[in-house]
Amino acid sequence: MISLGHYLALGGMLFVLSLAGIVLNRRNVLLMLMSVELMLLAVNMNFVAFSRYLGNVDGQVFVFFVLTVAAAEAAIGLAILVVLFRKRHSIDVDELDELKG
Amino acid sequence: MNWYQALTMILPEIIMLAMACVLLMLQAFLPERRKGLIHVLALVTLALVAILTMRPYLVGSPVWPESILHGAFVRDRAGDLMKVFVEIVAFLALVYGKQYFRVWQQKAEDFYILLILSVFGMMVMISAANLLTLYLGLETLALASYAAVAMFRKIGLSVEAAVKYFVMGAVASGMLLYGMSLLYGATGSLQLSEIRTAVAALPAHDPLLLLALVFLLVGLAFKLGAVPFHMWLPDVYEGAPAAVMSFVASAPKIAGFAILYRVLVDGLAPISSQWQGIVGLLALLSMGLGNVVAIAQTNVKRMLAYSTISHVGFLLLGMLSGSVGYTASLFYALTYALMSVGAFGLLMLLTARGQEAETLDDLKGLNQRAPWLALMMAFLMASMAGVPPFVGFFSKLYVLQAAVEAGQIWLAIAAVLFAVMGAYYYLRVIKVMYFDTSENEQPVLLPLDAQAAITLSGTAQLFLGVFAGPLMSLCVWAMN
Repeated sequence: MISLGHYLALGGMLFVLSLAGIVLNRRNVLLMLMSVELMLLAVNMNFVAFSRYLGNVDGQVFVFFVLTVAAAEAAIGLAILVVLFRKRHSIDVDELDELKG
Repeated sequence: MNWYQALTMILPEIIMLAMACVLLMLQAFLPERRKGLIHVLALVTLALVAILTMRPYLVGSPVWPESILHGAFVRDRAGDLMKVFVEIVAFLALVYGKQYFRVWQQKAEDFYILLILSVFGMMVMISAANLLTLYLGLETLALASYAAVAMFRKIGLSVEAAVKYFVMGAVASGMLLYGMSLLYGATGSLQLSEIRTAVAALPAHDPLLLLALVFLLVGLAFKLGAVPFHMWLPDVYEGAPAAVMSFVASAPKIAGFAILYRVLVDGLAPISSQWQGIVGLLALLSMGLGNVVAIAQTNVKRMLAYSTISHVGFLLLGMLSGSVGYTASLFYALTYALMSVGAFGLLMLLTARGQEAETLDDLKGLNQRAPWLALMMAFLMASMAGVPPFVGFFSKLYVLQAAVEAGQIWLAIAAVLFAVMGAYYYLRVIKVMYFDTSENEQPVLLPLDAQAAITLSGTAQLFLGVFAGPLMSLCVWAMN
């Protein structure tokens, strides 16, 4: 039997994975965007699990909005990425070091 | 309440959003020489919406708070006060922006539209009575800001700042959302008022609730730029165009206070003893690190970034001291937004062709080049440092007073010490402007609207300082 705890554990693991993807990733910005999306999906998993467990539909409505926002966020993120690539011809995280102090 | 009344209550937001769409269309279809219309329309919209926000108070005395749309949206006096200030700050940023974009020879219309959209996001955020509304308002603001920071796409620094801002902002949203999902799980509701009752009924050490609290606080600290979640802030301030920063650095602080207040006080007041420790630590670290590191900066934009961090510390300090403290924090947020838009506005006006005015050298001998601008900058810096009789002094005073009354003596003492250290770098700007000589002898020529705006920003520091009492009573009236 799959219980609430299992879903929360899955959500938690996805969240940690996505956070690790952002913090440890030294390769390129595209991977960061993917991690950000994964983070929002982890949250969705939590919302749906809780919504089902509580018998309350609010959480599922929230998920619809999170999905919409995630799409908008991906659009802006990719647009910034394209601008970055045009400017630098690379999307390496390590090369983002002109701003320091 | 019937639908018509509900509609009149969210009329300011509706007009704001509708105008953002109208301006977007005009930007796409107007011929190039008519584009000036967009600037005028954006200003008119902001003024109109500010008047509409104040209208219920002018024609009568409404019995608020009143929530509509099934409790998703609430009109209250504190929210309206914040909205009016957000609109004023946005208005000023627009006036400064026109001159700045002309000097840079860049298209400014996108900036006007993004600014209107982010004001809309902030208005929704300020009036949110529900986690969903709060999140949507926050994201509307954030998405518009990311795009605005990346506006100068031919300039590398602007793009790099945008990438950093975007990634950090997205992580912050993720944290906040994860906290919201856990809070929903622990309390079974998204409605802040219901969350409050549910939290009061839960045991104070409920693990799910505490985990939710930690994630919410980390997310909020990221968004506000409180230490230790501040790393992105100086880079973004330095890299982004000054016009964008003048807005992103100022008005969102008011909305930031609103979201703190809504979540921590409206929602989680029953476990205030749990979050006060964390918020206190964030406040102490922000005030300390912000003021110390700012001393080492030679780039004024970067210095203002660290100064923002320290001001956020003061804002958080007020959150520790009960209802007196919340009022003091509100006062702090409102006045800080005015100072911040003025300081960045001045940097914008000093921008020469293709060269951002951002180092201390650019401010050297400003007194010879433009005595009035130098005086206004001196007012703004003195206000930020907290020199009486400027308003910055009173905002710090009220926060400290509330902290002492609430028994946070040590935090208050630390805050005063850090504020004194902070005064050094603000006064250094004044010293550089008045006592150093510049190689550049060119006088600064400004159009009338920019001069009026900077005069308003500068003298408001003195005026609000002299009349700090009435503004404070306004805040007290709004919060009760």
